Amino acid sequence: MKSQRPILKYSLFIIGLFFLFSFRFSEPKNRPSLVIEFNHFVGKDKLILDSLMYKNEFNQSYSIGKFRYYISNIKLRRKDGTEYASNEYYLIDVEDKKSQQIVIREKGNYSSISFTIGVDSLHNCSGLQKGALDPVNGMFWAWNTGYIFLKLEGKSPYSKSPSNIFEYHIGGFKQPNNCIRQVRLDLPEKTIQVVEDDADLLSLSVDISEVLKTPKNIDFTEFSSVTDFNNATMMADNYADIFGVIKY
Amino acid sequence: MLEENPYFKITSKDVIFKNPKGFPKPIYDLTKNKPSVEGFTLGRKLFYDPILSVDYFTSCATCHQQFAAFAHIDHPLSHGIGGKIGIRNVPALQNLIWKDAFMVDGGINHLDLQPISPITSPTEMGENLPNVLKKLQADSTYRLMFYKAFKDSIITTEMLMKSLSQFLSLMISSNSRYDKFIAGADTLSIIEQKGLNLFASNCASCHTPPLFTDNQYHNIGLKPDSNLNDKGRMAITSFKEDYFKFKTPSLRNVEMTYPYMHDGRYRNLKEVMNHYAASQSCTKMKFDEFEKVELIAFLKTLTDMEYLHDRRFADPNTY
Repeated sequence: MKSQRPILKYSLFIIGLFFLFSFRFSEPKNRPSLVIEFNHFVGKDKLILDSLMYKNEFNQSYSIGKFRYYISNIKLRRKDGTEYASNEYYLIDVEDKKSQQIVIREKGNYSSISFTIGVDSLHNCSGLQKGALDPVNGMFWAWNTGYIFLKLEGKSPYSKSPSNIFEYHIGGFKQPNNCIRQVRLDLPEKTIQVVEDDADLLSLSVDISEVLKTPKNIDFTEFSSVTDFNNATMMADNYADIFGVIKY
Repeated sequence: MLEENPYFKITSKDVIFKNPKGFPKPIYDLTKNKPSVEGFTLGRKLFYDPILSVDYFTSCATCHQQFAAFAHIDHPLSHGIGGKIGIRNVPALQNLIWKDAFMVDGGINHLDLQPISPITSPTEMGENLPNVLKKLQADSTYRLMFYKAFKDSIITTEMLMKSLSQFLSLMISSNSRYDKFIAGADTLSIIEQKGLNLFASNCASCHTPPLFTDNQYHNIGLKPDSNLNDKGRMAITSFKEDYFKFKTPSLRNVEMTYPYMHDGRYRNLKEVMNHYAASQSCTKMKFDEFEKVELIAFLKTLTDMEYLHDRRFADPNTY
């Protein structure tokens, strides 16, 4: 009997190890999720940075060097009328691939999505914020507290600014210069794609050319720089309609 | 190491906040960023360190001098990197936790966000936040100090700003001769008391004790300087009625914060009195020469020698 005990001990140890490992390996398994992907276009073309190939409504050529914006208050409405709401803030940047995918940790039978372009008044007024809202991200006005909701920079030979640049830094949470805009998109058939067992994909299109038109067509000679409240709401009305849903 | 100088060593007694008698409750929430010995010491080092500027030459203290209640004595407009001149006079730093907005136009709405403005302004320290954090992160002394203060050696914007706020929040001036007079612990001369009475009936509605400001914005009838093109509060709100309005400054330590006004146009208090005596905007004030002297005598009782010489706020790099 005595000689069998070490074997018993040994096998118990092995079984214990097995349990431990199986537990560890099962844990990081992904929760079912919905990935929202932001795909950037200029008109019908995929965005290529710094390429002077785009034309505005005045037939003025331009290139895009920088495009970033805040998305918050994401709400996904289910077909049964209930809602999934997120209170996260996201900074989407065309130069940062990782930022262009938002993971919603809940899969669902969604019929519409809504979100805010910008940052709500509370987060503009309650001191230093972290994460996407950290002022280190360069989307913050130090001299007049508040977030830049959307930044579009580029060049056009028609701009009279130094080096022919144009820059639109649009933000403002106070009336009458409130630049917060709401977006609501319906999600009909063939929009939420089942990619894997535990991940659905929703592809949104972002048409940057829409920042420069509807309702106000932007002439680079006239408006090469909007970086404070002057003309900010005009630009905000323009960017309210840049989003669309891509069908698969 | 300089930090070991016992004269500048901060102890737990130094970082205790006590609301001065008669002062309202602070606006800044100290429970969310309670000053600690380590955090305060770090904030002080940062305040006096030109590492925060792009040319390693300009620190916060370059323009905020303790003997001037942290204003810039004898400089009408602020100076920055490379000899650049700003458009406004450097304000005194005191009793900041009772302010609801910062800068003379009130553009900044929180103490924790305030230092970002001078650090990143092209005419002040000319830096950007990612670079400041990189420079601090590369410095082993700072890594250690941030670790001691925040239990983390990866330096973030939040840690940087909170340490500065811990230093700034305790900059409290409440021990002037006026305060002692109010508390019954000192007397004022007859001329100072006359000045106090004149002040109470003519000036205190905007320069309201005990903070000597109403935290509001006013146009006091100064002629705009077309070279500066300063729009005042209107640059923040966009409202036309806010054109050339500026935040009422506190008058504590006003004797030491010359020159005066948002653009430093008046060299001394006498010139300020002359403005108010002639001003269209404050018609009640028709001070004669005696009254001007009395008012100035009273204003000088607001000088807080304990604050101007408090070793906790002094440059820790001096011997």
